[in-house]
Amino acid sequence: MELNILTLCYLIASVTFILGLKMLSNPAKARTGNLVAAAGMTIAIIGTIFLYTDETGNKLHNYIWIFSGILIGAVVGTMAAKKVKMTAMPEMVSLFNGMGGASAALISAAEFYHIYLLHKEAGATPFSEIIPVGFYITIVAGAIIGTVSYTGSIIAWGKLNGRVKDFSFKGQHIVNMIVLVLVLVSAVITYRSNIDNIFIPFLLIGLFAFIYGVLFVLPIGGADMPVVISLLNSFTGVAAACGGFLYNNKAMLTGGILVGAAGTLLTILMCKAMNRSLANVLIGSFGGGGKTAAAGKGSQGSYKEISLSDTAVVMSYAGKVFIVPGYGLAVAQAQHVCHELEKILESKGVEVKYAIHPVAGRMPGHMNVLLAEADVPYEKLLEMEQANEEFSSTDVVLILGANDVVNPAAKSDPASPIYGMPILDVELAKTVIVNKRSMKPGYAGIENELFFRPKTSMLFGDAKKVLQDLITEIKSL
Amino acid sequence: MESFLNWITENQQIIYIVVLMIFVGIEVIGHVPSVLHTPLMSGANAIHGVVIIGAIIVMGKAESDNYLALGLGFLAVILGTLNVVGGFVVTDRMLEMFKKKKK
Repeated sequence: MELNILTLCYLIASVTFILGLKMLSNPAKARTGNLVAAAGMTIAIIGTIFLYTDETGNKLHNYIWIFSGILIGAVVGTMAAKKVKMTAMPEMVSLFNGMGGASAALISAAEFYHIYLLHKEAGATPFSEIIPVGFYITIVAGAIIGTVSYTGSIIAWGKLNGRVKDFSFKGQHIVNMIVLVLVLVSAVITYRSNIDNIFIPFLLIGLFAFIYGVLFVLPIGGADMPVVISLLNSFTGVAAACGGFLYNNKAMLTGGILVGAAGTLLTILMCKAMNRSLANVLIGSFGGGGKTAAAGKGSQGSYKEISLSDTAVVMSYAGKVFIVPGYGLAVAQAQHVCHELEKILESKGVEVKYAIHPVAGRMPGHMNVLLAEADVPYEKLLEMEQANEEFSSTDVVLILGANDVVNPAAKSDPASPIYGMPILDVELAKTVIVNKRSMKPGYAGIENELFFRPKTSMLFGDAKKVLQDLITEIKSL
Repeated sequence: MESFLNWITENQQIIYIVVLMIFVGIEVIGHVPSVLHTPLMSGANAIHGVVIIGAIIVMGKAESDNYLALGLGFLAVILGTLNVVGGFVVTDRMLEMFKKKKK
């Protein structure tokens, strides 16, 4: 009877996962969707703890361990998630994803060890005669994918917060391939080994998968991290599903595969938003060849600076102003000041709107979240296509710490690493004012011709400081 | 070949689930606006935290004197919980902001 209730728990969990994901893709229901999925997860967890029995009818034990583990994880997880700044959200997601991957890998390792203990006496028998190949593939796949997802996510996390720099060397793709082959070879060797000496090849699988995860993410440019995190997210989903296969657990299976499939589609959608293919992101990584090509062109011509008071005048007497926020705004935590500027300009009769590039910030939708935090009304946030239609009737475009998403090289220079990415056509507007901290190139590491165009003026300084001063200037006009 | 067919027959239930879930997963988020990409990724991230169930089972099955299995399971439970709890809380925080300005 208890087992039947558990089956029901898992069924409920699976349904809530599907419903939750469905609602998460609808702006009006997203928050409820998240809570629905969380409720389903809670039911599944509690059900497992109290109702799970193995094939021979034994209940689980080690309750103290289980509860203290959950307690530690829940407290640390909640604190981390509550304390993290909105700007650091992408890193946080990546980190949590890595934890899930590691968990899946550990489960596979523990299950492997369990099998070893069961068959320890049969020391000279090859592993392949003890467990069927399908079962072995599931365990090993969980271990490999989980490990890759773990190390990959940690590197992605490090890249987003600047601890890890882009790094690539000649022939890196070949080295990556070799490491991947080594992972698979170790897996085959493990399967063929005798029970007695099975540990070394198994640890080698883990080691090579560990290295592969690092090498896989290292050469990919920081600007592409969202795509990578989304991809690793779906990896972890598949690793979780392997665990579901292992324990014939339908909740793990459905949840894992669901995330695996949805995550893969989401990854592709993100690539589409940048008008690139997934292969292009993964293999034709930023840096390397592209960097030298862009550097060759170098900085041409000179740029002109604009003073704060001039900016204040230009903006308050404009009819329509567009603000293009970028990561610089996020770093400076300037979203609230930005909203203030918007209100003050509106009180002077200026129409203010925001142009949001799909990949502005470090993650798709990141800017929307940040501006929503500052209470900017939803209707003011225009997506790229709408914004591009309106730029020609715009007097002033104020670019706040955005760079690559307004770089005309994406349209004009086939040698540029961002060639083909759709951009915001800010040049259609009458005046462009760019706020940046310095003339340093953006995240993709390439020069931006826009800054040298006659229409463009530069306003240097930290976004928050500049905006505050700008507000004071406008007030005193 | 034969063993492969046998394997499919033995696990056909699971294989059906896998295939259907792939389609459901793709179908369910097919029309997501790019505004919601980040929260959706984060929500999906929390959902794959179901690995926690596997971790609990590993932990609960381990013999009390089997320290390696206990250690592995314990670590897996902590990491899995981090994934689940952290994932849902972060997603909720992101979405809370969308909601506030709706009113």
